[in-house]
Formats: sequence, C-alpha cells, structure tokens
Amino acid sequence: MNGIRELYAQQFKTTFASMLQYRASLVIWMIGHVLEPLVYLVVWSTVSNSGGGSVGSFTIGDFAAYFLLMMLVNNVTYTWIMYEYEYRVREGNLSFALLRPVHPIHSDIADNISSKLITLPLMLIIAVILGWFFHPTLTVTPWAIAVFLPALVLAFLVRFFLEWTLALSAFWTTRVAAINQTYFVMVLFLSGQMAPLALFPSPVRVAAAILPFRWMISFPVELLLGRLTPAEALTGILAQIVWVMIGSVLLRIVWRAGVRVYSAVGA
Amino acid sequence: MSSSAISVRDLRKIYVVTERESGIAASLRSLWHRETEKVSAVDGISFDMVPGEMVGFLGPNGAGKTTTLKMLSGLLHPTAGMVAVLGRIPHKREKGFLRRITFVMGQRNQLVWDIPAMDSYELNRAVYGIPAGDFRQTLGELTELLELGPLLRKPVRNLSLGERMKCEIAGALLHRPQVVFLDEPTIGLDVTMQRRIRIFLAEYNRRYGATILLTSHYMADVEALCRRVIVIHHGKLLFDGNLADLVRRFTAHKTIVVRLEDYGADLKRYGEVVSCEEGSFTLRVPKAETARITGRILAEMPVIDLLVEDPPIEEVIERVFAQGAP
Repeated sequence: MNGIRELYAQQFKTTFASMLQYRASLVIWMIGHVLEPLVYLVVWSTVSNSGGGSVGSFTIGDFAAYFLLMMLVNNVTYTWIMYEYEYRVREGNLSFALLRPVHPIHSDIADNISSKLITLPLMLIIAVILGWFFHPTLTVTPWAIAVFLPALVLAFLVRFFLEWTLALSAFWTTRVAAINQTYFVMVLFLSGQMAPLALFPSPVRVAAAILPFRWMISFPVELLLGRLTPAEALTGILAQIVWVMIGSVLLRIVWRAGVRVYSAVGA
Repeated sequence: MSSSAISVRDLRKIYVVTERESGIAASLRSLWHRETEKVSAVDGISFDMVPGEMVGFLGPNGAGKTTTLKMLSGLLHPTAGMVAVLGRIPHKREKGFLRRITFVMGQRNQLVWDIPAMDSYELNRAVYGIPAGDFRQTLGELTELLELGPLLRKPVRNLSLGERMKCEIAGALLHRPQVVFLDEPTIGLDVTMQRRIRIFLAEYNRRYGATILLTSHYMADVEALCRRVIVIHHGKLLFDGNLADLVRRFTAHKTIVVRLEDYGADLKRYGEVVSCEEGSFTLRVPKAETARITGRILAEMPVIDLLVEDPPIEEVIERVFAQGAP
C-alpha cells in the first residue's frame, strides 16, 4: 500500500511537470471545457426567456447553476483514456506498461487525478467569474453537500472504470474512433451534459437511470441543486456503488482477455 | 535446469495474420470472408543460458529475434514449447519476475518525452519499489559509467538519439535486473556512441553478473561483447556456439594481404585479387589452400610483409544468412 501511495505521489510530479511543458494546450483544453457548457447555458437561457422565464421546472437562474456545476463535475470525472489507449496499442507503448510490476491502471488513475488537481482550481475560478455574469440560483443544504462529495468520487469511479474498459477495445479493433464517437454521443444526451435529464421525456430519463450515464455526471449536480429527496439521493448512491462494482468486474475480465489478445498477435 | 538463467525448449510462435489482395472488390469480399494465413515466426528453437552469460542473438530482419525476446520477457504467449527465465514462466507476468528482468527496445522509448529523464527515473523508483539508498547508489554508478551527468536534467525530447539511448538504458537498469534483454540497443547511433554503450554493457555484465541477451545488426557489438552467439533464420536455429567457430564453419575462404616491392606484380595465378593499391594486394583464397598458397607466394615473390586473415565478420554473417541451413 505504501508503494502505491509513493507511485501516486511520483505520478503527480510527472504529470505536473508534463502539463507545465504544454501550458498553451492546457489553456486551449480548458477553453473547450468551459465553452461547451456555456453554449448550452446561453441556448437554454434564450429558450426560457422566450418561454416566459422558465422551461419545465428550470428557471434561467436554475439553468445557470445547472450548467456551471455541470462544467465542474464534468471536469472532475472526465477521462481521455479512450484516445490514449488506441495510441498505446498502435505504437506498441503498452509493452512497457506490461513489463512493469504494477497494474497499468494505477498510473492512469494517478495521472488523471493529478491533472484534475491542477485544472480544478482554475475551473473553480472560471465558474465564480461566470457566476457573476449569469446569476445562478443555488441554495445548498448541508446534507446535500455531505452526500455530494461521495457521489462525486463515485461518479469519477463509474466513469473511469467504464471508459477504461471501453478504451481496451483498442486491443481488438483498429476502428476505435467509431466506438468513441458512438459513446460520446450517448454521454452527451444521457448524462445531462446537453440538457437537464428532467427536461427529457420519460423513456429517455428511464434509459439514463438504468444505464450508467446519469450516475457519471448528472447525479452529483442534481444533488447539489437540491432537486432530489433524501430517498432519491440514497438510491442514487446505491446505483453508483452497483455501477462501480459492475465496472470493476468488467474491467478485470476485459483487461485479461485484451492482454491475451495483445500477447497473441504481437505486442 | 535450475542452474540456467534462461531455458528454452522447442519454442514456437505462430502468428495468424489476415491478408487480402488490394482493390475494392477484395476489400468487400474480406467483409464476410477473411483470408488468414499462419506465419511461423519462431519455429522450434532451444537453448540455455547460464547466469552471468552474455549472448549475441543474430539473424536478418524477420528472423524471429524480437518475437523470441518478447516471449522471454513475457510480452508474448508462446504457441508451443517451453520457456523458463529465472525459473519462472514469463507470460504469467508475476510481479516477482518482472522486478528481476528488463527489456530495452532500441526503437521505442519508455522515458516520458517532455520531462527530464531524472523525473522518469523517480517514477521507476516508485513503480519498482526501489529503496532510496539502492536507488541513489545504482543511479550514481550508472551516471558515472554512461556519463549521464548533465543529461538527466534536460527534457528527454531535447536529447540527441545517442544521449536518449543512454538514458533509456540507465532507466531500464535502475531496479538492477538479473536478466537483461536488449533489442538493437545501438541502432541508429554513431560509432563512438555505439562503442560507449558496448563498453558499458560489458562493464555492467562484469560488475553485476547480469545475464544479458542482445540482438544487434552491428557485428562490432557482438564481436566485442559476446563469446557466444545464437543465429536464427526463418525462425529456426542455425548456429549456437563460439563466434570463432561460427567464422570457421561458415567461411570457405581466407584473406591474404601481401605487400610487395613490385607495385605492378600480377598475383592472379595465386587467387582472386580483391584489391591492389600501392603495393598492397588483398587475395581471397580457399581456406584449405591457404598454407600452400602462402608458401608459394613467399617463395616466388619479393614479399615485404604478409598477413593471413579471416574475412570480416559481416561477410561471414551475410554468407550464413544467404545459404540458410549449414
């Protein structure tokens, strides 16, 4: 356990040093992560303006709070592993990971957390500035904050395990881009990134709740906005725990099979 | 068997590759019917290495060298046969096994591109759980042997190819592996840098008693480092033994270099004249005839100096690959 902690600490230093080498691309990456929710926010504000100040149960202020929180939660749970794996398998760099006496997922988790620790403070500042312009209405209850933190960690894990597993499709196919594209479209709709799930028709809401998508991004936001009852919050946490378990089992199975394929066809 | 560091018995690797002809029709056909072909990359090779031995692994491109190294390091599952490295089965990739080996791939980098090598080394320290004291000592020794000093603080991408290779090798040895696999460690490097790395490998082998198996296209590497060579071709073992024996076995000729007072002498009657310049003549003669021809030249010509040599090792190897099985 001590070794793993040491590994995470070292990975943090490595990630930090690498990111500082690419300050410009870091800025561009962050602009992208700010612009996307901002566009949705502007669109929905306009729609609610023309609809008399609200859409469904969302006022303009609610939309502002929703998309700013969305921006932050998405930043925390986001991964780029699906692009990364395709490159690793294609270039054969995975071989080095397989030669090391540590499961490669550790350096990926550590790398992800490290880069979040660097970007999150900047994103918080941006959120505060944007909040000044868009006037979000947000009243948080202490219990919502208390549940929000574990929900956020679980959301990260659900998304990380799922995307790490999907990334492993690179072992079988060279058409990873098509799989990624399909997946990202589903995330966009079913995780609440484009619009609050509450505004979708009920079949979509049910689908989002059965699938892991709501639990990866939307759920912590809904919690903090005070849109869930304690019972719903508890059910949500349970759903997240179930998805973390499913994800970690899937990941193990797919990883083993993937490595077998990799080591059969020529690493 | 337990005295071997590496033991390989009848090792085979067959790749199944999909193939299709070029063109749109063939592409469409391949949608529902895939033509596959079995390619035998390693075809039943056996050898043993004792601890501390340093062996050169030779063969032309596509002979199966890299495939064999990948099976030995656990990256590839063998299709058939047995491999044991340090008494373990490599492809199980047990942590205890991985800690005791390393695999340097000359054409790939494990160091993080954008940051100094030193930072990657620190990461390796954590990955391999190297105690701080051992790490400092090993790094100190490697730094001295490879003259890494000023390189460690520069981002890897700013290093020259040779400098990067030195840093790669050091990074791969920080955990003091007992078995070291090197695939083309000197590829693309200039002669001076090749020599540096050779000297280093010899010293590393001597100092730590590590078992080293290396492939190289540069015969100078193998000549300088390995008493024993293993030659494979089309996945089959062609030769396993002394480098000198290899030369003896595969060369039918010797080279005689003669210096004469007479610059214009005609030596054609003694053998094939390979070159002649300013009184120095190089002749190629059948090995069995060497003594007789040398005697005749000495008796009949105004000889200043005479030297009998084996042909250059490159030439020998070329001949080995060209003729296939002995």
